[in-house]
Amino acid sequence: MTIEIDNLRIRFGEREVVKGVSFDIEGGDSFGIVGESGSGKSTVLRAMAGLNEDWQGRISFSGEDAPQKRPPSFFRKVQMVFQDPYGSLHPRQTIDRILSELPLVHKMDRIDDRIAKVLSDVALPQNARFRYPHQLSGGQRQRVAIARALIAEPEVLLLDEPTSALDVSVQAEILNLLADLRVERKLTYVMVSHNLSVIAHLCSQVGVMVDGQMVEQLTAEDLRLGKAVHPHTQELRRLSVELEEPV
Amino acid sequence: MLVDIQNLKIGFKSRTGFHQAVKGVSLKLGTEKLGIVGESGSGKSLTARALMKLLPKSTVIEADTLAFDGIDVLSASERQMRQIRGKRAGFILQDPKYSLNPVKTIGAQVAESWRTHKGGSRREALEAAVNLLEQVQIRNPQVVAKSYPHEVSGGMGQRVMIAMMLAPDPELLIADEPTSALDATVQAEILRLIEELVAERGMGLLLISHDLPLVSHFCDRVMVMYSGRVMEELKASELLSAKHPYTRGLLNCMPSLIHPKDRLPVLARDPEWLK
Amino acid sequence: MNAAFRTWALSEAPSSRRQAAWGNRYRAWLNLKGNPLGMIGLTIISIFILMAIFAPLLATHDPATQELANRLAAPNAAHWFGTDELGRDVFSRILYGARVTLGMVIAVVVLVAPIGLAVGCIAGYFGGIVDTALMRITDIFLAFPRLVLALAFVAALKPGIESAVLAIALTAWPPYARLARAETLTVRNSDFIAAYRLTGASSWRIIFRHIAPLCTPSLIVRVTLDMSSIIITAASLGFLGMGAQPPSPEWGAMIATAKRFIFEQWWVPMIPAIAILLVSLAFNFLGDALRDVLDPKGN
Repeated sequence: MTIEIDNLRIRFGEREVVKGVSFDIEGGDSFGIVGESGSGKSTVLRAMAGLNEDWQGRISFSGEDAPQKRPPSFFRKVQMVFQDPYGSLHPRQTIDRILSELPLVHKMDRIDDRIAKVLSDVALPQNARFRYPHQLSGGQRQRVAIARALIAEPEVLLLDEPTSALDVSVQAEILNLLADLRVERKLTYVMVSHNLSVIAHLCSQVGVMVDGQMVEQLTAEDLRLGKAVHPHTQELRRLSVELEEPV
Repeated sequence: MLVDIQNLKIGFKSRTGFHQAVKGVSLKLGTEKLGIVGESGSGKSLTARALMKLLPKSTVIEADTLAFDGIDVLSASERQMRQIRGKRAGFILQDPKYSLNPVKTIGAQVAESWRTHKGGSRREALEAAVNLLEQVQIRNPQVVAKSYPHEVSGGMGQRVMIAMMLAPDPELLIADEPTSALDATVQAEILRLIEELVAERGMGLLLISHDLPLVSHFCDRVMVMYSGRVMEELKASELLSAKHPYTRGLLNCMPSLIHPKDRLPVLARDPEWLK
Repeated sequence: MNAAFRTWALSEAPSSRRQAAWGNRYRAWLNLKGNPLGMIGLTIISIFILMAIFAPLLATHDPATQELANRLAAPNAAHWFGTDELGRDVFSRILYGARVTLGMVIAVVVLVAPIGLAVGCIAGYFGGIVDTALMRITDIFLAFPRLVLALAFVAALKPGIESAVLAIALTAWPPYARLARAETLTVRNSDFIAAYRLTGASSWRIIFRHIAPLCTPSLIVRVTLDMSSIIITAASLGFLGMGAQPPSPEWGAMIATAKRFIFEQWWVPMIPAIAILLVSLAFNFLGDALRDVLDPKGN
């Protein structure tokens, strides 16, 4: 599913936090947005998901312009995974209940089978199904959050810092899972992160945001090779390279 | 020896039984920079908190030795501990948002910290505060001193915290994930600042973090913890030749910008490590 | 059976919805069991409810039968709690009074809690103009002193139990709405609610299926703490002659009619007073215990 964002502007009260951002993503591709806190990267993602209904510009999926208020059918095509697996699962509902909400809303059939299937797709044991989020580890919760997005059988997955709240060993497992799922299900990814290495690992295209603007777009390959032009991208790359290697 | 910990054990009692979180940790620290690295639940923060006696009363702490500059922490009174905490040892936490008083100006808070330990008049304290803010490389200390915590960025807040901790000239600085809440560009600056100040003043540094490569840049020695135990202790410069599979696993499973990997190696945890 | 249920319910890996739900209930019960004051409260309330239900079986006399020759008798073998100014058996009247008083309290709660919950959750979730409108209405009701509004309301209708229940309900819901709104505000911007918005579910579905259940624990606690004040308001209305009408044996009315004997035959007004005190105290104990039990992090 191709995605086009054209001159997206978002303001919170008086302050404009996204100042005309444009980018295109080919279907099946993965696009990463890097930036520091307050750069507006998450705001862009939430507007794409339909969580923020107050924006200007154009957001289109497969050539169709998305309206400010998305119809329920939209959420069968586009789903999102949040940063904090502790905060993104209802604390008083079982995993089963959390996963069955979307199928119930869309009156899907064979809900039991679908839940069993999606749990195995994200490599969670079936006995996790009737547990509560607080009985699972951080990595398991993030798998549940991914399963919840997958049960809609979406074509686009929006990932908001999906591994930054996790330990590095768990991060590796989740990144591998996301990479496998993209190939298996031919998903299109848009991922937001502050971590250049994580973005470059999962995404082929990278957009760099500073202060509400996308100052540079380049391929992950060019980023790795140090072909970035904008000084902020160069600075981020320098720090990342310098600090990711032990002395 | 500034810090001497031998066979430290920390446990919690709960309704379902007893949980041993730290299972025999030993470390020694002089005027040097030691990094404690581990994943969540490894007991790295608990170890540092036990040293300052900052754990809740219900915690069960045992140790052959738990000493700060020769003072036995386990038997020390609350009054003795107050002499150590804040005065001889500074503690920097992850998020400055929660450590600074939101209704007082930054200058007043730093000045108060200085006055508690050094005495002197309000005026002197305020001048000292501005001086301290300058030492942590804040460009316009006069302006920052007059602002409130919510008016400054996270990085600036962390600099202020460091300034407050430096006021009484401590001998030891404990930094618990001091930059995890900060952006990459600020993170390096803050760590470099801590490193410089520690070197300049001849202090000891205990840097607690989950980021192994990062820590190695700012410490002399690195101690790797897993599940309440020390897996390996080595010189920061020898990290690449680490022997323990856990340390190696931690280093390998991170994605890299310059050495792309198709798949990230997954860390296989061996129960043998805990024996 | 008991041990089998225990292992089944406390299983770390429940295999069905039912097992998970029972596990949760059983854990909450174990928690409550570990709280002595809460158990005392629960026991007292259970005893009073059983007494109310089985009043006809337990009563030694007809609560309305007058025995004028034997008025204001001290407690004795025939009349365990003595008799009142018309020679009616106080013990039997307390039993039947429990039906009236507890019935009023339960009726008030059943009316008030859902209204407060709905108003608060809707105001909190939608925000903006909906919030302003609903909360100003709440403020208006909150601004009236409870007893005065209830009195005016009962006076406008005819005095009686139904009016008293309506009057108390009318003045009791605003705090619940405020509480539910505050709870809603803390969760409405959380990621898990955002995730539910991304299922395409309607706002109503989100409010009533996902937000309201999160507000109920604190509401239940507030209700149990309020029970005592509802009993006291009901008793006050009875005392002022605006609630249950004679000869209906309502506890507050019993104190009101017997108050002039407080110095000579002190047991006549004292016994219904003790009943009110016990029930109020029991509800307070239970409320405090539920506060701990229903906290999701506690289990």
